[in-house]
Amino acid sequence: MTSLYTLLIAVTLIVLFPIIWMLLTSFKSESEVNAFPPSILPNTWTLDAYSKILKLYPFLRFLLNSLLISSAVTVGTLISCAMAAFALVYLRFRGREFIFLVILGTLTVPFAATMVPIFAEMSKIGWINTWYPLIVPAFLGNAYGIFLLRQLFRGIPRELGEAATLDGCGPLRVLRNIYVPLSTSAFTALGVVTFINSWNNMISPLIFVNDQNKMPVAVGLAYLNGQGSAIWSWLMAASTLSVIPLLLMYTLGQRYVVAGMTMSGANR
Amino acid sequence: MIGRTLTPSRVFRPKSMAARRESLWAWALVTPTLLGLLFFTVGPFIVAIYISFTDWSLLGSPTWVGLTNFKQLFHDTVFWTAWKNTFYYTGISVPLSMALGLGIALLLNQKLPAMSFFRVLFFVPMTVGVVASGLLWSWMFNPQYGLLNYLFHFVGLGPYRWLTSAKMSMPSIIIVGVWRSIGFNIIVFLAGLQAVPETLYDAAAIDGAGNFRKFRHITIPLLSPTIFFGALIGIIMSFQVFEQTYVMTQGGPGNTTLTIIYFIFQQGFSYLRMGYASAASVTFLVILSVGTALMLRLQNRLVHYEN
Repeated sequence: MTSLYTLLIAVTLIVLFPIIWMLLTSFKSESEVNAFPPSILPNTWTLDAYSKILKLYPFLRFLLNSLLISSAVTVGTLISCAMAAFALVYLRFRGREFIFLVILGTLTVPFAATMVPIFAEMSKIGWINTWYPLIVPAFLGNAYGIFLLRQLFRGIPRELGEAATLDGCGPLRVLRNIYVPLSTSAFTALGVVTFINSWNNMISPLIFVNDQNKMPVAVGLAYLNGQGSAIWSWLMAASTLSVIPLLLMYTLGQRYVVAGMTMSGANR
Repeated sequence: MIGRTLTPSRVFRPKSMAARRESLWAWALVTPTLLGLLFFTVGPFIVAIYISFTDWSLLGSPTWVGLTNFKQLFHDTVFWTAWKNTFYYTGISVPLSMALGLGIALLLNQKLPAMSFFRVLFFVPMTVGVVASGLLWSWMFNPQYGLLNYLFHFVGLGPYRWLTSAKMSMPSIIIVGVWRSIGFNIIVFLAGLQAVPETLYDAAAIDGAGNFRKFRHITIPLLSPTIFFGALIGIIMSFQVFEQTYVMTQGGPGNTTLTIIYFIFQQGFSYLRMGYASAASVTFLVILSVGTALMLRLQNRLVHYEN
């Protein structure tokens, strides 16, 4: 049993070490970073790298942008997917099965296959260098979210909704007062994963947003890296700042993060 | 499906007020999704196919060129290199990440105290975004001051030029990919392992089977649907690898880490060759779909399902 724990601790350390190394490097001074052999713990712990990053680059702005974009994307995804999933499960209308099949089919179409026409479309309506191409699609449904919520809604007994309808509730109230409260943990999991994926999404903001002040943190980081002049302790401080909100979220709600990641099939 | 097919009221009074209102509501609720399909998925997908037959730089209107883009792609060595690199990345990173994921999942599946704590730790890399992980690994790989060369020098190896040598660049990218995806595989395998009934192992033990034979004849067959699922998702995801090479190597040195998505991105957004980029994305989608379909067909032969 001891050997098992030893093995486990060793593997954990190997897997986590890159993150620990990022943290340690971010607290080193510039001269200490560019020294060989490298010191493991900083000789003197300093916040220099953090203050440089915040002073020389609009890094707080990047973080704020990401917070705003990802929050909007999360809200939009939850609302639009709940609406569509509810209609597909609870309401009867012609074309229901067909619409669901089409939605399911789009699960396999990667963004890369459609990014050229979407870019053309966005530049035609003047949305380049705005957040609209990042946020608006979230309000227009998402195959994975609809699929997930549909599975859940199917488990809710129809009679609950019908009883409410007899009491004079319209469909929106059935959705809000019965279906949503009964699936809060799925909503939380979907929300958390949507937020994380949006926060980490790089390719679409890279294509759509060029203005430094509008960049989310993922692109901001890549931009910093592309400057070439940044010192490693700065880059590690910046990476740490970009990771902290998600780490915090994971610490608080790891159950939901893990559930969401499992359901989404992948972490993007 | 029960209870949601034709109900009597629908059959006898197809145009009742209630039914009409219900269907109006339904259409209202799916309208955002339909707009999404039109403008962000199905629509652009169809347009991409059209653009692939044209020459277009975003300015002006596309000129129809027939199959020219596809013919040119066929003779474009960079395009083939990008595919080769994508297969290289997928072929190594998916099995490696799955094998390591399975190994760690087996460790974590032991019924011992503090296992849930270790589980939490193993999933942490999943929350580190692809750009941040690209940067932190670039720092680990740094040829002059990086930690890896320092560790290797203790055992008398190196120094290696991880990201800047043609031989090591792709393996380095693969290391990062494996590191990022391992958490997902652990989750998937843990779920699979927890579904294997304990009684089977007990029965095997009575028959005198050792640990290896239990693993080979019980765990692996019962886990095969999980392995299949993990492989399918892993392949689909690694086919789309882009961000880490963008951050770490910009596709270099000498195109050794240029993947197919990177190729599409470059043609479209660096060279503004929209028709050519679209042709490449059509080939990407075709290969991805054919691959997925093939795997799903192979599933029946490779996967053991309990009856």
